[in-house]
Order: sequence, then structure tokens, then C-alpha cells
Amino acid sequence: MSSEAVRRTPAPPTGTYIGMPKFAKNAKVQLADQQLRKNLRKATGTIRAKRVDRVAEVPEWEELRLAGEAIKNRTLRHLDTYLVQLEESLVRNGAKVHWARDAAEANAIVVELVKAKGVDEVVKVKSMATQEIDLNEALEEAGIAAWETDLAELIVQLGHDRPSHILVPAIHRNRSEVREIFLREMKLYGTPAPTDLTDEPVVLAAAARTHLREKFLRAKVAISGANFAIAETGTLVVVESEGNGRMCLTLPDTLISVVGIEKTLPTVADLEVFMRLLPRSSTGERMNPYTSMWNGVTPGDGPQEVHVVLIDNGRTKVLADPDGRAALRCIRCSACLNICPVYERVGGHAYGSVYPGPIGAVLTPQLRGTTSDIDKSLPFASTLCGACFEVCPVRIPIPDMLVHMRHKVADEKRHHVGVEQTAIAVAGWALSSSKHFELVQRVAMLAGRVLPGRTHLGPLPWPAAPWTNARDLPMPPTESFRAWWKRTRGESA
Amino acid sequence: MHAEGLTVALFATCINDVMFPGTPKAVVTVLERLGCTVEFPLEQTCCGQMFTNTGYFDAAVPDVRNYVKAFAGYDYIVGPSGSCVGAVRHQHPMLAAHAKDEGLAAEVDKVVARTYDFTEMLVDVLGVTDVGAYFPHRVTYHPTCHSVRVAKVGDKPYQLLSKVKGIDLVPLPDADQCCGFGGTFSVKNPDVSVAMGGDKARHVASTGAEYLVTGDNACLMHIGGLLHRQNAGIKTLHLAELLAHTESGI
Amino acid sequence: MNAREEILNRVRGALGDVVQPDSAVDVPIPWVYGRPTAMPDILERFVEMTVDYKAVVRRVPAAGVPAAVAEMLVAAGVGSAVLPVGLDEAWCAAIAAAGITVHRDEPPLSNKELNAIDAVVTASAVSIAETGTIVLDHADNQGRRALTLVPDTHLVVVRADQVVSDVPEAVGRLAAAVTGGSPLTWISGGSATSDIELIRVEGVHGPRTLLVVLAE
Repeated sequence: MSSEAVRRTPAPPTGTYIGMPKFAKNAKVQLADQQLRKNLRKATGTIRAKRVDRVAEVPEWEELRLAGEAIKNRTLRHLDTYLVQLEESLVRNGAKVHWARDAAEANAIVVELVKAKGVDEVVKVKSMATQEIDLNEALEEAGIAAWETDLAELIVQLGHDRPSHILVPAIHRNRSEVREIFLREMKLYGTPAPTDLTDEPVVLAAAARTHLREKFLRAKVAISGANFAIAETGTLVVVESEGNGRMCLTLPDTLISVVGIEKTLPTVADLEVFMRLLPRSSTGERMNPYTSMWNGVTPGDGPQEVHVVLIDNGRTKVLADPDGRAALRCIRCSACLNICPVYERVGGHAYGSVYPGPIGAVLTPQLRGTTSDIDKSLPFASTLCGACFEVCPVRIPIPDMLVHMRHKVADEKRHHVGVEQTAIAVAGWALSSSKHFELVQRVAMLAGRVLPGRTHLGPLPWPAAPWTNARDLPMPPTESFRAWWKRTRGESA
Repeated sequence: MHAEGLTVALFATCINDVMFPGTPKAVVTVLERLGCTVEFPLEQTCCGQMFTNTGYFDAAVPDVRNYVKAFAGYDYIVGPSGSCVGAVRHQHPMLAAHAKDEGLAAEVDKVVARTYDFTEMLVDVLGVTDVGAYFPHRVTYHPTCHSVRVAKVGDKPYQLLSKVKGIDLVPLPDADQCCGFGGTFSVKNPDVSVAMGGDKARHVASTGAEYLVTGDNACLMHIGGLLHRQNAGIKTLHLAELLAHTESGI
Repeated sequence: MNAREEILNRVRGALGDVVQPDSAVDVPIPWVYGRPTAMPDILERFVEMTVDYKAVVRRVPAAGVPAAVAEMLVAAGVGSAVLPVGLDEAWCAAIAAAGITVHRDEPPLSNKELNAIDAVVTASAVSIAETGTIVLDHADNQGRRALTLVPDTHLVVVRADQVVSDVPEAVGRLAAAVTGGSPLTWISGGSATSDIELIRVEGVHGPRTLLVVLAE
């Protein structure tokens, strides 16, 4: 029997993120997909406009951003203290706390906890941390079916697909694609989609409700992440829209929450800042439909066995770089993805990570290192236009951090002699003094004299090809400014 | 005029010096028309941004030293590029720190505070929005990302354009979105760069403008290169060159 | 070394540049907590924002709550309702008198039993005008969390004095409940999703109908 046949859940695409080629190659593939570009343009355009409206309603928005930045900085700079406090509070609330150094350790802990309950399926609330550690596949290998219950995650899971956005993982799919996936796949994994299913979003949402209801009602174990973990009280917070989170957090007997160590906040009061920043930045709403806050075990209400798995998985490496640390402030709102002109054109899959877009381009190579082709290329997947910083609710200076990561990548290849290093060395020499620069200028001006009458150059061979394949290049003038100044104004400076 | 006797050092920027000399010439024209004395310190080369943004900080440090050396004696340093001026202000202090050179860092701080984008010099320092320009054409303006988000020139270019006689200034759809140039991004990620530039060119064409104007020639070279390949018939022009036009010519 | 010790050691090792041990001194937070947001009429705003989230809202004098509750349930076509053990007896009586089958959660109903009931009626803890949010702290008059989740209609009674201007005041009022161990559920309209083409669609897993009685 093939491994496909014994799977409990739809198989994701083959291959790993780490094995992907560099960003530019992936981007080229994605750019060729006209439907994808149309879907993305429409979706990001919609959400951008909503965010602008909702932010404009808050006159103290900039103050809130500064507060959010400071609270996160305070937490990160004293994370050891807050983690110990968080653990104490969780234990006091009746939760069992587990620590995981990396993805493998976190997955092993969760698999053991689920096995101990004697069940072969779990329901899941959308969680970036569990995506990051690829928990679903670890459970699948242990014979446990993990059902994603967020609508977009369900679309991705049933579509044998990968998420392409932090908040709206199926942003790359339009309604008719969703309809096809539901019709084809739902019947293989539970309550089928109605045969008269239309592509109206409201009808598709209703099909998801029906499909998942039986899974919610019978589930014994649920797995979640958390948006915030309050050190003072041991309160975990899940911010959501559909109610699938409430279902998972409330109905099963056992709840396992996988939480990145950077999700810690010092006090309950800090939520007044983040519960204003997050909904307006992410879905462009004054408030998301549902937020659940729970303190370990509540007797007679909800899961009576509660586990919290605190994961590092590269976060302490990020923390150790004072110039990279700010990436851990991220609250996964996706505003930087939605505003990013690069993301809008290529979508999330080109980034080779569960964290795509501008934040992914800085966070992924920090978490995973810069040894693979994709990770090395991510810091360069940006024009540094700066739009991401403007919308970031916790003021992560993404463009500066991309430059910082580019320096790390360039530094690692310092002893490599390639085209880029040679070009930089030549240009560096040319611009390092005005004498060198003048010499180079005199050579460049020859081009204008060799081809008189031309204003532009058309397609050229490599190395000019990347520029001139689609863009004409203006001809250099016959006289540089410097030469003109010297000729007309003399040598006086 | 207001600026009588004011001495201004022109930071031409390397790309303008070599590829677009008309732009710094236009800056000289406008500033002299307003009564300034313009000097061009020959030691200057480049802001180093191309190296910094590609990750080669060490290659950018000599440019920082050149910049400080060239401009140390001036109270007003003016560049016709939001991007290069932005790089001087935002990246030179970081590069001086990278070089672990406290003397350089102190010099950088002084020079950075005196560096202005051309539009800031006109509007903030000289207090002028009407520079006596005449340009009887349909124009659309693209506010380049670095001029807006790094140099933070705000609406100064629009203030200047609105006072140009004869101009028909038409708004550019999705003006605040990046054109896709991004320095070495344009060759490291050529397909995305061209996709972004293609959308920008399409928006420009939709305005029916004769001229696309920006404050950064690098972005203009990218968008203009696409427009030229497409035979769109739209000319590109730096804002300084537009402002240099008067009823009696340039 | 176990994982806990190793991670804490890694964190401490990563923070070598942090010399000030007092986090509050090290990073001041430029924010005054708990401030109200100025608005002309808090109740008006609350109604406006709640309706914007597609909830049905009725304003009544306090004495009119039992009748309003029963009328709204009947108007919504509700045939059965689960009532938390601590719910106001006058409301319970009015609901029963309207011919609605009443279920009490004593002994606790199973998930499947809850799934067969049309509606739930509860009180609430705090409401937020600026965002149209109703917060439950799951006291006896609100019941355990599953009650307000599984039935498809939720009727919630909000007292005027429970409505505050904005999130900071609400978090201030709720802090004691959290510290005391109560779970909180923040509800802003009915369940919704924007997962398909980022178009907001009302009604996924949570109650698809939210009815609000504002008692003044």
C-alpha cells in the first residue's frame, strides 16, 4: 500500500521550503499566472482600502504604534523574566507547560500528548507557530488526522496546497477555485459539499460550517496557537473571526496551545494597545468578531486538560542580534504583506516560507539562517520602498532590517569571487574618489560618441540583459555634468 | 530676492553626473535665478546607496568620506534626488557607525543636517513655491518612494508644480505605489521589477499626460525605459528641469 | 540540560546588551493606560457600531427587558432556548411564557444537545461603544462558553452602565475578572469571514444571529 493511501488528511505539495530556488526564480513562475495576479490585486486592494479607513478613525494611531513598539521592546529585552513569570502563572491556572527547543521537539511533545488521549484526530485553530513547525505532517506520520478549521486553512488543506498569506492563507484562490476544491474534496474527508454548491462566498462559508460541525462536536483534542500570552495572569488570547477558534478552544476536553516565546506580553492592561492595533491593521475592522481569553483550566467550562508548548525554534537567534531583534515584535497582522507591491504581484508562495511578504523576507532568513538559495535571496526580495514600515502597527523598520540582512548575506560571500563581487569592487573603486570617477566618466562618454544620434539602447546581451529585456536604456550623454561644469565654470569649487 | 548671497553646494549625485547632466544644470539655473550662488565641490562622487542596499557596507564607506570631505564647509547642500538625499540622511550615520569611526560619525551628523532635497531647499529654506516656471503641457507626477518615505519631502513637489504657469497637472492613479526600480532590485529581480514598472507605466499612460515627472532620475530611467520600449510617446522629465523652463525658454 | 533551562539560557545569552535589570526603567512606555475615548453619546455609538456588524439591537427601559427578550426571540423564529443557571428569573419566565421550550444547563448539556437548541440568552459583562463589542466574563448569568457558541442565535442583554467608550476602559473594567481566572469572550457582531476574496461574509461557525437588548 502506498503512503498516499494510508493518509488521513489531504497530502500537501511535495518538496520542502528550504529546497526551493531563489526568490527571483519562484517569482517568475508566479508572475506568469494571470489568475493569481488578478486574485491578489483584487484582494490586497480591498484590504488596503479598509485598513486606511479604520486607521483614520483613530486620531492617536501614531501614539498607539509607539506604545505597541515599546511594550514589545520591553518584553523582548527582559524575555527571560517574563517567560518565567508566564510559566508560573500558567501553572497556577492549572495548565501544564512544556518547552521545545526546535520544531522536532515541539512536534514530538504534541504527538505524545495526543497519543496519550487515545485519539486519532484533532481539530486545529489557525496558528502560524504550528505551520512553522509543520505539525500537521508530524501528526499525520503518527497516524493522527489534524483538521484545519479556519475557512482559508481548510481551503488550503483540501486543495493540497500551501498557505500564501499570514492572515488569509488562501488569498491566491478565487471563489470559483474554492467551489471546485470543496466539491471535489469535502466528500473524501467528511460531510460532503452540497451538490448545488454555488461560488457565492456566503454559500461556500455555509458549506464549511456544515462540513466542520461534525468534526467540532466529536473532537476530543484541539490544537491552537495564541496571539498573546500574558505573563502577569497566564492568560492566552486568540483573535479570530469565524468562531472556529471558539469551537476548538471550548468544546474538546483537551487543549494544546503551541506558542512562540515572543508572544509574551507583560500585563492584561497591555491588551488595550494590541486589541486596538491588531484588528484595524489586519482585517481592517474596528474589532474582529471573536476574541477568546482563557486562564488555564476553568472548572466546569471548556477543556479540563490544558497544555502550553513554548517554542524557541530560532527565536533566540533572532533575539541575539540587536539589529534583527525588532522582527520579534511582529504580531502577524499582515499589513506589510497587503501593502507590499512585490507581494501583490508574486503572492506568498514565492517566499518559500510560512512567513511571506516583507516580514517574511526579514524573519525567515533570521529564523532559518542564510545557507539555502531561497533564504539567501529573501532579503533582496524588496525594492526598499518603505511602505511596510509605514503600516506596521509595532513599527518594525523592515527596510532597514532588510539592508542589515543583505549585509549579512554579502558578508558571508565576501571571499567568493563572482560577477556581483567583481561589479561591486569595480564600482566601489570608481566611486571611491573623484579622480577615479572622472576617469570612468571619460570612458563612458565615448559610448555616446560611438553611437551618435541614438537616444536609447534596446535589448542587449548579458550582463545588460536583465535590464534591457523589457526596458530601453538611455544613451549616456556626450558630456557629463562634471565636465560641463569644468568647461563652463572653470575648476573653482 | 530672498536668497541673495546664499551659497549653495550642489550635490549632483553620480547617476545625474554621468547619465542625466541636464538635471543638475537645471538646479543651477533655478537656484541662480532665485539669487543663490551655486558651487559644485569636485570631490563628490556618490551617496553609496547602491553598495549599502546591496549589502556591501565597506564599499560604501569611502563614499561617505568623500561626501563629508566635499561638503563640510557648506551650510546648504542640495541634491535633486529624494533617494540620494534620503540615503545621506538615513544611511550615512549607520555607515559611519559600521566603520567604527567616531570622527567620521561626528562629521556626518553635521553634514547630514545641512543636506536638502531640491524641493525642500526651495520651499523650506528659500520660502519659494513660485519659481517663475512656465510649462504649457499636460503633466503627471510620480512621488518616488524614497522622496516620500525616506527624505520625507511631503507635498512640496506638488506645491511647486501647482505654481507653474500653463501646466495641466493630472493626478496619477496609485501614485503612492513603488515603480519597481529599487536599485539593484531592478536586475536581481528583473521580472518583478518589470511587472511593477509595467503597472506604473500603464497608470501613467491612462492619464493622457505628455510628460511623466519625478524628483528621481533612477526611477524615471526605469519607467521611462518601459514607456520607450512600448513606444508610448510619453516623455520623462525631472522636476528640476521642468522648473527651469520659463516663458523665455530655459 | 532540559529544554526549559536551555531556552532560558539562550534568552539570557542573547540579551547581553541589556544592562538595566528593571524592565520599566529600561524601556519606558509612552502611553497613559485606561483613558476613555471622547464621543458625543456612548450609547448611540454602541448601537451604531453594533448594527454596523449586522446585529439586531433594541433599546428598552430596564423594566421592559423580559418582554423585549421574549419578543425578539419569537420574531427571530426561535423555538427553543438554553438559559444559564444564573439568568434573571423574570427573563426566564417571559421566555417560557412566550411558548419557547426552555433548557437549563443543569446538569450540563452535551455538545450534541446544545447543537439541537435554537438559541441562547445571556447577560454580559462590559460593552465597547467604539468597536460594537460585547464582552462576556462567563459569570452565572452568562453561562459556560459552549452555551453562547453552539446555538445559532445569541440574544444578549447589555445594561447601559456596562457600556464604555473604547477598548482601554473595557480592559480596565475586565482586569479583575481575568485576574480572578474567568475566561472572556469578546463578541463583535455575528461570526464572519473574509477568507474568500477578502469579502466579508456574515455567518460561519459561531451564532449567525446576534440579538442585543440594551437596557437603559
